[in-house]
Amino acid sequence: MSVEAREARQPWVLLSPALTAVLLLLFVPLAFIVVYSFWLRTATGADQAGFYLDNWNEALTDPFYRDILLNTLKIAGITTVVCALMGYPAAYFIARSKGNKVILLLLLMLPFWISYIIRTMSWINILGVSGAFNTALLSLGIISEPVQMLYNETTVILGLVHFLLPFMVLNVYVSLEGIDETLEDAACSLGATRWKSFLEITLPLSLPGLAAGGLLCFVLGAGTYITPLVLGGPTDAMFANLVFEAIITQLDWPLGSALSLMLLAVLGALVLIYNHYLGMAQLMKGLG
Amino acid sequence: MGWNLVRAWTFLVYIFMFLPVAVVVLLSFNASQFGSFPMTGVSLRWFVELAQNDAILRAFRTSLVLGALTAIISTTLGVLASLALVRYNVPGRNVISTLLIAPILVPEVVLAVALLLFLNFLSINKSFLLLLLGHVIFTLPFVILVVQARLVGIRRDVEEAAMSLGASPVQTFFQITLPLLAPAVFAGMLFAFTISFDDITGTLFWKPGGVETVPTQIFAMLRNSISPEINALGTVMIVLTVGLPLLGLAIARRMAAARGG
Repeated sequence: MSVEAREARQPWVLLSPALTAVLLLLFVPLAFIVVYSFWLRTATGADQAGFYLDNWNEALTDPFYRDILLNTLKIAGITTVVCALMGYPAAYFIARSKGNKVILLLLLMLPFWISYIIRTMSWINILGVSGAFNTALLSLGIISEPVQMLYNETTVILGLVHFLLPFMVLNVYVSLEGIDETLEDAACSLGATRWKSFLEITLPLSLPGLAAGGLLCFVLGAGTYITPLVLGGPTDAMFANLVFEAIITQLDWPLGSALSLMLLAVLGALVLIYNHYLGMAQLMKGLG
Repeated sequence: MGWNLVRAWTFLVYIFMFLPVAVVVLLSFNASQFGSFPMTGVSLRWFVELAQNDAILRAFRTSLVLGALTAIISTTLGVLASLALVRYNVPGRNVISTLLIAPILVPEVVLAVALLLFLNFLSINKSFLLLLLGHVIFTLPFVILVVQARLVGIRRDVEEAAMSLGASPVQTFFQITLPLLAPAVFAGMLFAFTISFDDITGTLFWKPGGVETVPTQIFAMLRNSISPEINALGTVMIVLTVGLPLLGLAIARRMAAARGG
């Protein structure tokens, strides 16, 4: 074999293990559950292979699933907006800070390294019946009995915001760092107020970062089932909880496949829309 | 004035991020028998109980082995792929990158279901192997992103110089490329280990009955009753998952400095 041919073949040799893994452990399994979603669960033993529309009929027409899907999107939407409102000013502060940016950023990334389940359950210590808030309010005499503040939709959103905020801050920070600071100064010297120059220059230029952070918060938020299980009440199930129920508890794998694919379709559509308008580069910057 | 407002807001955001975590650490040293407020004194009793809890120790062993194997496999695959993407003009580079990143673009629940059902169809039931394969595919994109970012800085002409001086390709790889790659490999392994060690979303789908990792063990303990040991376990986890990367960062810096000097 010539040197050129070997040179041309080499990258494929290097890529093949990873590509094979992604193919066999992601794409083929995804195709497989598409097939599986048309199978039928039988009362006894193995699922019946074939082409049955029962699961899709149930998943797409039962208002129970539709309502939870809409509620999931609502929760993810609120979470994303709260993350943006909390995270944008913080990212702006870090990016424009004269102090040690690396330390500030690292500090905000620390919770990122702390286990998701620990961070989620840590709110029980704060808001639980014998948590910090109740203890403080009791000892101040503001309340006479502990109040249950946990296990509702608000605490689910709170837990999600706590989990996802670093994604938002990081993405906004990356895009703010890429903006020439002197642009704002120039606008000011031409008579714009600080606020106006921020609104008309910095904010529009940082929108790609905000969008990348928003997409991550929304998709990760809408795909979670642990937070509602730990911080939500019995009626706060999100769509991923239905998937977990169907697959693990009820062992109804055909229905679980259909529900998984529904979730994938909705969230995948968002990723595709994002990709169409903004491309993946911004997202990769924020992740890497 | 506006700036002070932003500063105050940022300060509040930091408090929001750290307060709950700080409370976990604080309560883990609580002497009170319920492990909740009010604190009655400082004690290490929960850490002692933790060290004597067989279920938790088993979960730790499982998580460590799983994390280490995931890190090794995922980083090997990731480093090879990153080398190809950074070093060569591969046709369809963008498509390949997107394919390799795909496991984090798909919601983890969906990935978990698909892998579980497909491997079950291939007669690979819920097992340690399934867990390992799941963790590898889920961590691979992160490794590739981190390693690629580090690789861009390593220049190819150093290798070419070694080869032109008579080194064989294998010699060149082990004596030139690998030492230069070391920080990237290290960062990738650390990242994969931490993600694997923390994962619960996929793990709950893949783990066989009776096997627990640390996060699923915590989850199980939460569902039974809030046992005070959880805060101690949380503190140990925080020290491990925050301390390890910081230590790793320091080592990587030192390695980079030694190479530069």
